[in-house]
Amino acid sequence: MATADLLEIEGLSTYFDTEEGTVRAVDGVSLRVRPGETVCIVGESGCGKSITAMSIMGLVGTNGTAGRIAGGRIRYEDRDLLRLNKHELRTIRGHEIAMIFQEPMSSLNPVLPIGEQIMEPLIEHLKLSKKAARARAIELIAQVGIARPEQIAKAYPHELSGGMLQRIMIAIAISCGPKLLIADEPTTALDVTIQAQILDMLRQFKAESDMSILLITHDLGVVAEMADYVVVMYAGKVVEEGEVVELFERPKHPYTQGLLKSKPIMGQRQDELYSIPGQVPNPLELKPSCYFYERCEHAMDVCRRAEPTLKGVGEQGSVACWLYEEEAIVHG
Amino acid sequence: MGTFITKRLLYTILILLAASLLIFSLYAWTPGDFITGNIKLTPERKAELREIYGLNKPLLERYGIWMKHALHGDFGYSMAQQKPVFTLFNQYIWNSFLLAAVSTFFTWLIAVIIGVVAAYRQYSWFDTLVMVVIFAAMSLPSFFIGLFLIKILAVDWKWLPPGGMLTTGSNATGMAYAEEVVRHMALPVIVMTLLGIGSLTRYIRGNMIDVMKQDYIRTARAKGLKERQVLFTHALRNALLPAITLVGFELPALFGGSLIIEKIFNWPGIGQLYMQSFGLRDYPLLMGFTVLIAILTVIGTMLSDILYRVADPRVRLQ
Repeated sequence: MATADLLEIEGLSTYFDTEEGTVRAVDGVSLRVRPGETVCIVGESGCGKSITAMSIMGLVGTNGTAGRIAGGRIRYEDRDLLRLNKHELRTIRGHEIAMIFQEPMSSLNPVLPIGEQIMEPLIEHLKLSKKAARARAIELIAQVGIARPEQIAKAYPHELSGGMLQRIMIAIAISCGPKLLIADEPTTALDVTIQAQILDMLRQFKAESDMSILLITHDLGVVAEMADYVVVMYAGKVVEEGEVVELFERPKHPYTQGLLKSKPIMGQRQDELYSIPGQVPNPLELKPSCYFYERCEHAMDVCRRAEPTLKGVGEQGSVACWLYEEEAIVHG
Repeated sequence: MGTFITKRLLYTILILLAASLLIFSLYAWTPGDFITGNIKLTPERKAELREIYGLNKPLLERYGIWMKHALHGDFGYSMAQQKPVFTLFNQYIWNSFLLAAVSTFFTWLIAVIIGVVAAYRQYSWFDTLVMVVIFAAMSLPSFFIGLFLIKILAVDWKWLPPGGMLTTGSNATGMAYAEEVVRHMALPVIVMTLLGIGSLTRYIRGNMIDVMKQDYIRTARAKGLKERQVLFTHALRNALLPAITLVGFELPALFGGSLIIEKIFNWPGIGQLYMQSFGLRDYPLLMGFTVLIAILTVIGTMLSDILYRVADPRVRLQ
């Protein structure tokens, strides 16, 4: 690998202690993001992709949730984010690593004017004066393609549409020139036409500033459009990862294959859209096994007994599946 | 905003008109009056007095006369004290206001601070301890806390005077006078604050806990803001919005006096005057006082409506 990784997560585990037991929302996840690269984390709801993002931001255990990071390393440049104190982490958050969220409608403070909410990180991280921050905020509003930026700066969130609010969120996120932008389902709550605009905007800013994007989505259309590298998660684990073209053309894990098969294809009429049978397993009842075996059409005996590890296959990708373990084929 | 306030004022006048009718009817239909209670008077003298006070006129006419005077700012004449009701109010109400204003200030200040910290450290030992203490303070009756503190702080330790507003026979003026009043205020203010703090703290803590779970708080943290800024700029403002309703109720409470506290601490406030007038069936004074509270309640509600529109941009102006 020529360039050093910008972000490298190793064996990250984030657990939630509930009354019924410990939920391993993120269970030994490893992934890396190189400078200027877009990495997509794909998976169903509840597979731990958002929690992975929150873990990077150091936001697990806030907002009334009871999560805790049980192990692993999150290396950003030359620092381990999990070992930083609150103050050090705060200077990275919103400055070098920024984040946008799924629900633009509720992500902005309803009682503060838009302009002020954009100014806050500028004052906090770039130490701009109030006046300079206001001028920069108005520039940023214009930059995310909203007309009448001066008026919008004085407006309140309820006066703007969801698409506009997500643009404002992007303006806040890019305000301090982050090296990494984490986008957690940024287009899920928006209309399809607006979705395309938001994705275009992210791509444009990425091209202009050479920032990396960690995009979290369940939408394979978004993945195909945005990703350089794809990480597929299932029940808190990475089951497959690889270059986007390779992964779309030659998916290895039965789960990835299922996901791709269940994606509707434009212009192709099908009587029934394929869906993966069964349901995501109850996270409280997971035993050492392949968590996908109950839904897998290739399930073997070994899949029920032991957990496959992520192994490199092909040129770039890796997969965690007994089908690709020679040992298993011999003994299974 | 202008039309909204005009409209609101119009409603206010209608409500007050209805309230005055209700208040008048209640007192007019209550059997007996100030004159009935005086056993020294002969029936002839009683009839004479009723004639003089206009109590033998038809009810509707009496209401008309009362309202006419009230609209001119004259709330009648206290029968027991032989002074205009307004003069008496002016004499006592500011003493009550002083107690209420100071204790309301401390109640809100302490409740907001404790509420925010308890919400921020939800289920910590601090939170648990505060909630237990607050429940205890809320559950104790005011006469008990009042007498208990008099026993400890005034009688046993002699730190503070047990009651009254000035030391008996005091001629202090200027700063010495102010200091004396402050020393006498301390105990009733402590008791009133203790009693009021509980529900307000729980209210603010609950609101804060709800607000802290909101997405925009996560955004504020993701922006890398200081926790202080997250708590006070982003969370507290939203948590205090519903409390604006309470401001409407605070206004009558500021002037209404407190029957029990003023009795225990022998504070010359409007509550004491009110209790005394009740025993004597001094109806003009009681009616005037009730109308005053009605006016303050209506104004308070109107104020909180206007404040909502100022504080919450989502509330649309009509």
